[in-house]
Formats: sequence, C-alpha cells, structure tokens
Amino acid sequence: MSAIKIYVPRDAAARSLGADGTAEAILTEAARYGISVQLIRNGSRGMLWLEPLVEVETAAGRVAYGPVNAADVPGLFKANFTSGNAHPLAHGLTSEMPYLKNQERLTFARAGITDPVSLSDYLQHDGFRGLRAALKMSPADIVAAVTDSGLRGRGGAAFPAGIKWKTVLGAAGPQKYIVCNADEGDSGTFSDRMIMEGDPFVLIEGMTIAGIATGATHGYIYLRCEYPDAHKALNEAIASAYSEGYLGADIQDSGKRFDLEVRLGAGAYICGEETALLESLEGKRGQVRFKPPLPALQGLFGQPTVINNVITLASVPIILDKGAEHYRTFGMGRSRGTLPLQLAGNIKHGGLVEKAFGLTLREVLYDIGGGSLSGRPIRAVQVGGPLGAYLPESQFDTPLDYEAFAGIKAMLGHGGIVVFDDSVDMAAQARYAMEFCTVESCGKCTPCRIGSTRGVEVIDRMVSGDNPVKQEVVLRDLCETMVHGSLCAMGGLTPYPVISALNHFPEDFRTRKTNALNA
Amino acid sequence: MSTSPKRVIPIKVERASTLSPADQASVGAICERLKTLPGALLPILHEVQGALGYVPDDAIPLIASALNVTRAEVHGVVTFYHYFRTHKPGRHVLQLCRAEACQAVGGAALEAHAKRSLGIDFHGTTADGAITLEPVYCLGNCALGPAALLDDQLQGRVTCDRFDALVAAARKGV
Ligand SMILES: Cc1cc2nc3c(=O)[nH]c(=O)nc-3n(C[C@H](O)[C@H](O)[C@H](O)COP(=O)(O)O)c2cc1C
Ligand code: SF4
Ligand code: FES
Repeated sequence: MSAIKIYVPRDAAARSLGADGTAEAILTEAARYGISVQLIRNGSRGMLWLEPLVEVETAAGRVAYGPVNAADVPGLFKANFTSGNAHPLAHGLTSEMPYLKNQERLTFARAGITDPVSLSDYLQHDGFRGLRAALKMSPADIVAAVTDSGLRGRGGAAFPAGIKWKTVLGAAGPQKYIVCNADEGDSGTFSDRMIMEGDPFVLIEGMTIAGIATGATHGYIYLRCEYPDAHKALNEAIASAYSEGYLGADIQDSGKRFDLEVRLGAGAYICGEETALLESLEGKRGQVRFKPPLPALQGLFGQPTVINNVITLASVPIILDKGAEHYRTFGMGRSRGTLPLQLAGNIKHGGLVEKAFGLTLREVLYDIGGGSLSGRPIRAVQVGGPLGAYLPESQFDTPLDYEAFAGIKAMLGHGGIVVFDDSVDMAAQARYAMEFCTVESCGKCTPCRIGSTRGVEVIDRMVSGDNPVKQEVVLRDLCETMVHGSLCAMGGLTPYPVISALNHFPEDFRTRKTNALNA
Repeated sequence: MSTSPKRVIPIKVERASTLSPADQASVGAICERLKTLPGALLPILHEVQGALGYVPDDAIPLIASALNVTRAEVHGVVTFYHYFRTHKPGRHVLQLCRAEACQAVGGAALEAHAKRSLGIDFHGTTADGAITLEPVYCLGNCALGPAALLDDQLQGRVTCDRFDALVAAARKGV
C-alpha cells in the first residue's frame, strides 16, 4: 500500500499553537502502528481557530481534523483517522467546510493545498501559467491586462496597479526595480504573511511578470523582520526558482532576466510607507520622502521603481492566466476582484477569508466570523489597521468596497478587521492610536511627532475629568492640524481612529471606566 | 557645526574599544562580506545583531569605515529602528504584541502580568539574565492573540498561564 498523505501546516500561526509537536506525534504514532505516512507541511487553509488543522488524504478527498494537539494524536490513530474515520475533531471533507466553500479564492487558490516550497507541486496546480502567458505578450499588453482587470493596490491606498506599471514602463532608466512591500505592519492583518508562507511562488511569479512588463530586471522583497517563517519559505522558494530557471539571467529560455532577493526591515511601522521603505532599502533611516518625484520615476537608488503590496503582486499571475475579464467579473463598483480579508481580535472564527468585494461588514462578522470569541456583544470594529476608523454597530451594513468605506470616513486598507466586544474602553483605544503614532512617527513633521504626544496628554486629561469640554475642543483642533499638516498618512490618518472613537462612543471619554470587565 | 578652517578642533583621545578580539573579527568579516551590496547597512546590522545579539557601540566605527560613511550616519540608523539594540540582551528575547487585535483579547492584562512576573519593564532583562522583554506592534498572528515571539518562535493564545510556562521552559532550556 502506498503511503497515506497527511498534511500539517507549517504556517507560523499553526506552529504558534503547536503544529510541530502535532506533526512529530503523528510520525511517532504512525511508526508504532506500522502505518506508512507521507507527512506534508502545507500552508494554512486560513481557518485559524481550528489550527493545528490536520488533513488526511482519502479516496473521497482531504478530510479535516482540528484543532489537533499532540495529545490528541494517539486518540486519532485509535479511531483510525488515517482512513478518514469519524472523530469528535473531524470536520468532514475540507473543501466542503462552509467557511472555505463559500470563499472565492483567486489569489489564495493554492494556499493550504500544496507544499508551499515544492516547485513541482506549484506547477501541478497551475503555477507559472501566468508567467508563460506574459512571456508571449508585449510589455504594453501585460500592463493593459493588469489595468483592465481593475486591480487596485492592496497595501492601503488602492491605487490602480496598471497605471503605476505604465508609468514605470514609460520611464527611462539604466536600471529599473520591482519592490514588493512586505512590511505588513497593520495590526489585524496577516494575508501577506500567509501567502508568503503558504504559496511563495505566486509572489515570485507576480514580481517576475511585473519585471517583464516594465523592463525591470531586479526585484526586492522588503520583508518585516517579525516574520521569520515567511523569510525561510521565501528563501527556499527563491532558491528553487533559480535552480529551475524561473529566476535569473534567462527565464525559461526567453532571454529575459529577473533577479530577486529578500531584504529585512527592522521593526519600524513607517517603513511600510513606500518612500520610507525605499530609504530603508537604501540603508538609511526610514524617513518619508517628499513627492514628487514619484517612486515610479525616481524610486530606489533614484531609478524608476514599481512598488506594490504582496497581495497586489500575488494577484497578477491569475489575471494573466485567466484573463483580465475573469478577474474583473468579481467585485462591485470600482472595487474589482477579490480581497483577502483577515478576521482578527475578539472573533470566534478568525482567519483568512478571500471574497469578492461587496459583502457587508455584518455578514463578515456574524455569518462568517460567528460573532465574538467571548460571546459578548460586538461593540466596535476597526477596519484597515491602526490608522483605520472604529466603526459602531450602526455602520455594520457598510459594504466592503473602497468607495463605500471612504464615504463614512473609514478605510478598507489592507483588509484587516479587528473585532472588540463590549468590554472595550474606546477612550483607551483612542489614546493608544495617539501613542502608536508617537512611537512610530518618522519625526519629519511637527504635527505628527509632537501632536501625537499632545494627543495622549489631552485624552488623559479628558478621561480624568479635567475640564473635559475644553479638552475635547483641543483634541478636535489638534486632530484637524494633524490631518492637514502631515506629510504622510501616519500623522494624517491617526486622527481617524481617535475622532471616530470620540464621535461614536463619547460616553467612554467622560469618566474612566474603573473595571471594564465588570462594567 | 562651523567648517571655518581657522577653528581649532580639540583632539579627543578615543577610549579603547571594548569589543573582544573575536567580536571585532566577526564584525569585520560581516562588513567585508556584505559591504558591496547596494544598501548594505541594514543587512550588515542584521548580521551583526544576529552574531552578537546586539549592535555594540564599538561596532559602529568598524561598520562606518567599511561603508565609508560617518559614524553619525550609522548611529542614526541603528537608533531609528526599534529592532536594533545597543545592549546585550538576555539569553532569550521575548517580544510581546501590544497592537489592537491582541488588545481585543486581553493583551493589556498579559502585558501587565509579564512585567510583574518578570519584575522588569519593556526593554529590560531579568536579573538572572534569562529573558529580555520587548514590545512589538503586531506579529501577524492577530486571529490567535494574545501573541508573542519567543526568540524566533511565534506563540498564540498566550494566556498568563501559558506565558509562565513559556518563560519557565525558556529558563530551563539554556
Ligand atoms: C504609515 C504607512 C504605513 C504603510 N504600511 C504599508 C504596509 O505595511 N504594507 C503595504 O503594502 N503598504 C503600506 N502602506 C502603503 C504604501 O505606502 C503604498 O501605498 C503601497 O506599498 C503601494 O502598493 P499597492 O499599490 O500595491 O498597495 C503604508 C502607508 C503608510 C502611510
Ligand atoms: S506624518 Fe509623521 S510619519 Fe509621516 S512624514 Fe510626517 S512625521 Fe513622518
Ligand atoms: S495584533 Fe497582535 S499579532 Fe497582530
């Protein structure tokens, strides 16, 4: 009999709950029972509350068990789970689980299914088909396909990717660059991490296509140093792409060159801002540059540079493979395609959900997310990272669409959804937003650097009851100054979480809750 | 600073480097290997911190001269980035997530417990030299918070009990 395939994710989130121990226990028990097992360390399927999620391949498909701790493994073997048998931890066929089945996985099509660092697995699952298509096209046609797909930057600003590429294609320079923004600093976001760990080749493929489309022959992935697992997976994948001729001087005998390397950040949120990132790549302090010049014209080392988020670039291969039309059939309004949402914080079914734009927040929170983890009512949700607004229940029917969010002074950003139950103290959250700005400001402009410190002080005075009416006027005025007097969105958007908290939850600013949990 | 040629600049006697010869050699080798990379400074600092556990003040002149930049520039970069540290850490570094998604599931209580039980504040090292505690803003484990990074291993659902167990295991380990 051939070996039974068992999948245990190598994803950092799964490993954070003991996946390595689970994998080890499976091998030990298999040896004890004399069962021949092929253990595959796949990416995560994204159902993070079930991690470590173990899958067994059966004739009917892959059967899921989770969460499986090392201590559960002997019981699973006793119940003959290697044949896909019933067990209290069993969930049936993975592909039929509603959380997954109802998703529209384009960018994450392979994540969790394949061995992330196996190039042959990647090829067997439609890998490098986008690159093959691109190699037969002219650069202008590749750029046109990306433009027609409607793909907008997934890093936060939602700028159309095709337009950026077109600028770089048209720019002259001795050396152009593709820079992947893998700084993923927003709290509540982990889709970049999951694709880099779960399907690193798709990012390599997307960056290579970007290179061919714009005439850039060198790429950098600027990866935050908080992601050691992603670093490992990327380096393994890059090494095998080189050895199989998918990177290097002559990509698949096309005569085209593309080189790629990973560079590590060093724990500075501002280095996610594109010009600060470029400074950092050049070996300097991560200070924001004035624009113009646009990075597309004078970016890394003064050369024309495409800088895109991980998910933006990882969405390119499927666009080239299946066509721009296919991609743009998903979505609503000017938000085309899919957005990998990240359900985080106090949520029962936290994880990665890739869906076409247009779902309402309420559907995501309750139908998909299952409500709060604590079982208490959901009181506030922060979407779009630390610079995103806090939304109260009355705004939960907003559809997930860039323009709809902008319409309520909120932002979709990188698609992180952080859920808080009714024990949250919104004045404390507003204070934290200001505090975060003091820690992470690059220091270039006064409203951001000093204003945020003043913001913390004003909120402290407000909640301590020190002339709160006057303090509120000062706080709003200060926020106004930060919005208008900041060079980048760090200082310019920090007021959004602050003001939204103040507007929607004014009661929390009146008196300091003494014990939030007993309130 | 004035650059007038007439100004007399007093000579300051440099104190001797406190780096051990082995550490000096190791910093020198890293610089030699990486200095021709475009934008070499961050890769060099990462490797120095990887090798020595921190970027000692006395490594800065070595790096500056290898890259042909001023010490002030190198110092400016080292101090800009939260990840680089200029003091030797404990045997293990524990980074605790302070960001919103972890706050939503008890991050602040865990932070208080961590500081109290270790008897240190952020950036501090326990008296036995076992643990250095650092704040971090998101580890990408936001669906399974509170999160922490113990050396290079991500941790999820870190309750106070699990925190104590992690610390105890780390203390026993080395
Ligand atoms: C303070 C700040 C932090 C940012 N952090 C990130 C980040 O971590 N990742 C990211 O992709 N974009 C981030 N951005 C957005 C980038 O500046 C830029 O818009 C993006 O990299 C462009 O890629 P895209 O068009 O593919 O989204 C940040 C912006 C600001 C102002
Ligand atoms: S707003 Fe803040 S982070 Fe942005 S450039 Fe100004 S000081 Fe730097
Ligand atoms: S907010 Fe703590 S891991 Fe992301």
